[in-house]
Amino acid sequence: MIDMLELLKNLNWSPLFISLKTGIVATVIAFFAGIYAARLVMKLNNKVKLLLDGIFTLPLVLPPTVAGFLLLLLFSLKRPFGNYLYTQFDIKIIQSWQGCVIAAVVIAFPLMYRNSRAAFEQIDVTLIQAGRTLGMSEFHIFWKVIMPIASPGIASGTVLAFARALGEYGATSMLAGNVLGKTRTIAVAIASETAAGNYDKAGIWVLVIITLSFFIILTINVISGKGMKYFRRW
Amino acid sequence: MCLEVNIKKRIGSFKLEVEFNAENNRIGILGASGCGKSMTLKCIAGIENPDEGRIVLDGKVLFDSKEKIKLLPQKRKIGYLFQNYALFPNMTVSKNIGITKASSEKITFLISKLHLDGLEDRYPSQLSGGEQQRVALARILAYEPEMIILDEPFSALDGYLKDQLQREMLEILADYKGKVIVVSHSKSEIYRLSEQLVVMDKGKVVLCDHKKKVFNSPQFVQVARLTGYKNISKAKKVDDYCINALDWNITLKTNEKITDKVEYVGIMPNQIEALSFIQQENEINNIMKVDMVEMAQMPFHTNYIVRNMNGGMSDIWVKAGNQKEIKGILMPENHLVLLSQ
Repeated sequence: MIDMLELLKNLNWSPLFISLKTGIVATVIAFFAGIYAARLVMKLNNKVKLLLDGIFTLPLVLPPTVAGFLLLLLFSLKRPFGNYLYTQFDIKIIQSWQGCVIAAVVIAFPLMYRNSRAAFEQIDVTLIQAGRTLGMSEFHIFWKVIMPIASPGIASGTVLAFARALGEYGATSMLAGNVLGKTRTIAVAIASETAAGNYDKAGIWVLVIITLSFFIILTINVISGKGMKYFRRW
Repeated sequence: MCLEVNIKKRIGSFKLEVEFNAENNRIGILGASGCGKSMTLKCIAGIENPDEGRIVLDGKVLFDSKEKIKLLPQKRKIGYLFQNYALFPNMTVSKNIGITKASSEKITFLISKLHLDGLEDRYPSQLSGGEQQRVALARILAYEPEMIILDEPFSALDGYLKDQLQREMLEILADYKGKVIVVSHSKSEIYRLSEQLVVMDKGKVVLCDHKKKVFNSPQFVQVARLTGYKNISKAKKVDDYCINALDWNITLKTNEKITDKVEYVGIMPNQIEALSFIQQENEINNIMKVDMVEMAQMPFHTNYIVRNMNGGMSDIWVKAGNQKEIKGILMPENHLVLLSQ
């Protein structure tokens, strides 16, 4: 017991904050990008739609290491684009926190995109037409009518995207690596502590991430549950 | 005040070619389901766009394919009452009515005028069908549109409620100064709510005239079918006032002069006189001895389906009081309508 307290006292808590920071920033980016992509794909004609939908959903079905590999191909300092960013703008994505965020966004984006698209597609088109004949601007219709009605679907997309971003390991470890205090997230910490044989440390991180994920999901469920009150149950 | 519509639109294999001019403030569009009525209205409101043509409302060009004018629905000031009312489910009754930025006095006024008192804070899912319709109408009136479109306004409601709501609708619209277009496949609904009628069939306008004229002399077979002439027979002119109804196997005298274009003759079921005995059938015109095919008791009348005893091809519908037996029928000369294709 005293050992345990000692361990907790001496533990470097940076992975928790890096994970949270990465999860929140990645979710915010995925939120807007996912909604935008959902609207974009809905407006397209069938063939282009199928193609683009496939590309947007790919990160969901591929192993995250594939995404990591492709991101490395893009951002590695030995590759043209990564090299260009580094030499021209002094931006380094690999082995950096930005790398964590990019990896998490790529992996979380499909969940946001698919959920918001499903929510948008369920909206009765006559509501939008009614808004137009009542003189409401498209902006007004989107924020006052479409978004509130789609909110349960969008909220669940956000929860899933956040959960996925928080737990992202494969692409993150490949792109951002495992730098303590910089890119070591909880998921990466669990893997490296286990590999080093520090099962007690790994166990603490496991407990932390389970508790964290559960409470966040619980909170958002309560919020989106409130938004459901004017819809009839079935 | 004038609405000028001349549009073409292709939807799959269906071709919509609508052309009419309506000066009246209360216009009805009558047509069977799927004849393109709703699509025409949506084109007028700007929710859908025609492939080509021109729509002008009171001198304001809403759409013109040649001049490349396509006014946004937001700029047309046309209120549209949707079949499902299209109330915003995430807003209360007063929020729905106030979405057009109407003043709070106006919202209060409309709520009391449309008998929505006490429902201000309810959500649409907590309202009955009739209440939802009144909210939708209030929301449109709050917008003060130049024209209101009613798309099958009573199709989703049951009989009793329908009558009551039609009366309410007439009352509410009585104070409205703009144009109203109502679309329906129900002849009684259209008759009650409109003055000028546009009759449509298979994507085309067949007839555009005052409602009384349309109902009393439908002129065309398609129009007659929609206005309640259940009995229509192919016919051949014998002389100027005498026609041979081929499907009924009878020669009929008419009041109206028969032109060469006439191909059909029709009569409404309630305008046929049912006779329980016949003395001398040759002495009076337009009498036929009949066999009873079927009889359907309705609450306040009986529908009889009869057939000419001397070999008629098609059934004749007769609406009469609760008579026990029909031996013959009389088709009065003044009620016969002459129709062409």
